[in-house]
Amino acid sequence: MSGWRPSADLTVLRQRAQLLADLRGFFAARGVMEVETPVLYGAAATDPHLASFSADYGGPGAPSGRTLYLQTSPEFAMKRLLAAGSGPIYQISKSFRNGEVGRRHNPEFTMLEWYRPGWDHLALMDEVEALIRQVLATPAAARVSYGDLCLQYLGIEPHGADLAALQAAAATLDIVAPLGLDDDRDGWLDFLWCHDVEPRLGSDGRPVFVVDYPVSLAMLARLRPGPPAVAARFELYLHGIELANGFHELADGIEQRRRFEQDNAQRRAAGLPSMPLDEYLLAALDHGLPDCSGVALGVDRLLMLLTGIADIGGVLSFPFDHC
Amino acid sequence: MATFSTSEFRGGLKVMLDGDPCAIIENEFVKPGKGQAFSRVKLRNLKTGRVLERTFKSGETLEGADVVDMDMQYLYNDGEFFHFMVPDTFEQFATMPAVMGDAAKWLKGQEMCIVTLYNGQPLAVAAPNFVELAVAETDPGLRGDTSGGGGKPATLETGAVVRVPLFINVGEILKIDTRNGEYVSRAKS
Repeated sequence: MSGWRPSADLTVLRQRAQLLADLRGFFAARGVMEVETPVLYGAAATDPHLASFSADYGGPGAPSGRTLYLQTSPEFAMKRLLAAGSGPIYQISKSFRNGEVGRRHNPEFTMLEWYRPGWDHLALMDEVEALIRQVLATPAAARVSYGDLCLQYLGIEPHGADLAALQAAAATLDIVAPLGLDDDRDGWLDFLWCHDVEPRLGSDGRPVFVVDYPVSLAMLARLRPGPPAVAARFELYLHGIELANGFHELADGIEQRRRFEQDNAQRRAAGLPSMPLDEYLLAALDHGLPDCSGVALGVDRLLMLLTGIADIGGVLSFPFDHC
Repeated sequence: MATFSTSEFRGGLKVMLDGDPCAIIENEFVKPGKGQAFSRVKLRNLKTGRVLERTFKSGETLEGADVVDMDMQYLYNDGEFFHFMVPDTFEQFATMPAVMGDAAKWLKGQEMCIVTLYNGQPLAVAAPNFVELAVAETDPGLRGDTSGGGGKPATLETGAVVRVPLFINVGEILKIDTRNGEYVSRAKS
């Protein structure tokens, strides 16, 4: 059978090895502990836009079988470590997302995730920037709010704009909207964002931190009172590639349970299966998660930016269509 | 006709969009960090030839288009219609000049063409990539000039006009690339 050879050049794989060593060196120098948490885990992300792979265990310890989920990120388990008093931690691990194959997506990918107790997301952004500048030798990053970018490129005020205003913006920009978005306001925001904003971010080689996300896109971030109220969330973009996503982490177990259940309600409404809630995480939050910020960074995409390779297959030994 | 979801979209798939048959050129999966996944799709409208870009929500479907490409032999033009035949079955198809597009000016008869059928009717015709045609009219050849630089117009036996090197004369048979309408070489006889 042909096609057995690696999809990435061996020189790129050597760059990958060096990058991993450099990342570990960065955190070692800063006293952040490397940890490992289960890739196969009993609970899964509830986010309706994330699809987890499941796997069936059979044998001692679970005579009637047990369903485990390949983690979409190591977030839940790492927060349990933080609640147990681990202090600052990082992990470089494989994460898995079903249904995601494309030029920047492989269903199995390498994620760098780290947490800083006692830091807010603004302080963490500075550390992300230090890492990016060390690895990619980029100029100083810009910091722009989600709202300002939407005003600039879409002519909308995203925190207050209603569905009709988003649809009108699409019409003004002469973009044919996708079928089936219906009255999904966040879906319209995502559509306008990835059609007309995202490709421009960092196109001049200067990294861009997007901050102050709309509350509806808060995910696991804290909210900051307004007006307008915003989510304490940031994303890092370079050359139109989304590289990292960070939060000032939500530490309220009751609010977290409410968001999980809201996600599952959305899943059911969309005909998707509900996911089991991570009761361990919720118990850890009830026990007390230290005030902390965390960020997840795509290592394969970082390597794409480092090597100038536009397709993720060019930086993986054996991507989806070769494994 | 079958329907296809975004995850089945791939180059070459024929689908219906806004009532017209289209061929997918490329399909790119895009997903903002934590949000909705989309397919950014480039399509060619098979009626107009125009290329368009559309974004679909992941999981949306399009109806397949009843479009097939068939190898057919060009027979003749009766002054109104162009006639083609499927060699295996001898089934014949007549197409209007509008459907022929650029292909018409390269055909004199007998050539194997690709005829695209939509709901059983010819929708587009692609001439063979290379044809060999005689020069009907051109300025006299310049003796001694074999460089091929410069060039001059030549009218071929089908009426098509191509740019040819200065040394080409009336009556010579030329090999032409129909995809860009350019002279390739003299035909080897």
